[in-house]
Amino acid sequence: MGDTWKRFRGDRLAMAGLVIIAIFALAAIFAPVIAPYNPSEQFFDGLTLEGSPLPPGWRFWFGTDTNGRDQFSRLLYGAQTSLLIGIVANGIAVAVGTALGLVAGYVRGWTGASIMRLTDLMMAFPPLLLAIALAAILKPGLNIVILVIALVNWVQIARVIYTETVALSERDYIEAARALGAGNGRILLRHLLPHLIPTVIVYATLGIATTVLLEAMLSFLGRGVQPPTPAWGMMIFESQSYFLNAPWLVFIPGAAILILALAFNLVGDGLRDALDPTQRGRG
Amino acid sequence: MTTDSLLRIEGLTVGFNTEHGPVRVVEDVSFDLPAGHTLGLVGESGCGKSVTAQTIMRLLPSPPARIEAGRILFAGDDIAAASLKQMQKIRGDRIGMVFQEPMTSLNPTLRIGEQIAEPLRLHRGMRRAEAEARVIDVLKQVGIGNAERRLLQYPHELSGGLRQRVMIAMAIICKPQLLIADEPTTALDVTIQAQIMELLRGLQKELNLAVLLITHDLGMVAEMCETIAVMYAGRIVETGRTAEVFARPHHPYTFGLLNSSPRRAKKGQRLPSIPGIVPPPGARGTGCSFAARCPQALERCRIETPPLLPMGSDAAACWNPMP
Repeated sequence: MGDTWKRFRGDRLAMAGLVIIAIFALAAIFAPVIAPYNPSEQFFDGLTLEGSPLPPGWRFWFGTDTNGRDQFSRLLYGAQTSLLIGIVANGIAVAVGTALGLVAGYVRGWTGASIMRLTDLMMAFPPLLLAIALAAILKPGLNIVILVIALVNWVQIARVIYTETVALSERDYIEAARALGAGNGRILLRHLLPHLIPTVIVYATLGIATTVLLEAMLSFLGRGVQPPTPAWGMMIFESQSYFLNAPWLVFIPGAAILILALAFNLVGDGLRDALDPTQRGRG
Repeated sequence: MTTDSLLRIEGLTVGFNTEHGPVRVVEDVSFDLPAGHTLGLVGESGCGKSVTAQTIMRLLPSPPARIEAGRILFAGDDIAAASLKQMQKIRGDRIGMVFQEPMTSLNPTLRIGEQIAEPLRLHRGMRRAEAEARVIDVLKQVGIGNAERRLLQYPHELSGGLRQRVMIAMAIICKPQLLIADEPTTALDVTIQAQIMELLRGLQKELNLAVLLITHDLGMVAEMCETIAVMYAGRIVETGRTAEVFARPHHPYTFGLLNSSPRRAKKGQRLPSIPGIVPPPGARGTGCSFAARCPQALERCRIETPPLLPMGSDAAACWNPMP
């Protein structure tokens, strides 16, 4: 473990990513302390006389939105929602996808076929329809957003893990482990899962960006995070029709998503390399 | 034969269900291996020797593999009928196995120490720290110096010979009664082969192991095994004490095999070979499978499958044995 950390620390880009994530996380946690204004407050001087939003300036650092609310404060509070959705929804998707893919790939037969046909079914089903259907039954809100995103995202991971598990199960060392008396549970967890960690990490980190975007899409349809709770994706879609007049309303939350996604990808890459035992003593 | 045999195979027949219907890969194989003895199971690629070994360990996935007939008596119990749970207790504890490919048979994500300790954790319920002293002992036993440092290394940091030593260490750490070595030296350099053979021989004496050695290297059998069983196309065609079978082979296949070994070749002469190839499983018709390649096949050979009959001091399955 000490080795892994040492290698990770040597990777400057990965460390930069980690620092960015830490800054975002701290900003989200301490949003009530840092934010200059209440994110839902509509300021009289937050709009021009003609009623258009203000560009970035001294009073409102990142400008104001179409309702005259402070964009910087909204961004900080939005980080809470977006990070929560990104990490929790994606975490559930990765955990479920990995577990199902692993079992399907190892057991195969009836169980495996059923799981994989379920993924076919899920892939054939438009995620937005699913989201709308779910939201029609349940009260829309953060939990539903997380549920829908997890429900949509586990499929690809399950398929990739399935394919890799099928190939790995044929390896000699799996048979060797069986010849030592290892049972199925132990082979799955101790002998197969460690080989899948790089794939899982790549999906887990790449997925965060798509998750935040999916949140934006759901919010746009009114099936996502409910206003006035700020979330980055929602901020973009709320303002997209004012793009030409007030580009900062789209660019700033967009940049936040981009930087966060990039940071997670850098950390993911670094982790993958650091966890690879064949990289020991190199680089 | 004696009743004190540790491993006794009786009429073992193994088939695979394939797309073209069931195919028999091992047919009516029987042999005895007393405790502390060494048996060499010899044959060309595809003759069913590895399948026999994997069947004893019950490692073949079922389906498609199926034990169609026969018993595998290990220390008196029929393990052909054992449950998965019972087999898991036996594997790695009472029967150890060494595989052909040391390069791919070790898990690349686990340190050597952890892998060798695996059987202790599985069968003795030891924790890592408890197992460590025993792991160091066994590493020394298989001739790996600097054991404390080796424990922390990963498989890719070791050479092929060292990895095979690690495989052997894993197989013997629980002090099994039986060691199945499936072509343990095939993937290694010649000099390393000799070292590994020497190691196996030493361990066999030291631990009073019964060894089932699967190989196509006749020289190795001559050096290591008291008894030999020659397989051809899924059947045992000749078996007996190694020295006698080597001196006076009865089956024309054994004769051809011995004759085509470079150790026996005469200088200046072309090395003899057996014409033709082993018929693949499924294409084995009636009669003796070797008949098509046999220089002295009779009419009867193509019709009736010869049983294993006592001949001299060994046994061979042939209607027209060598004089």
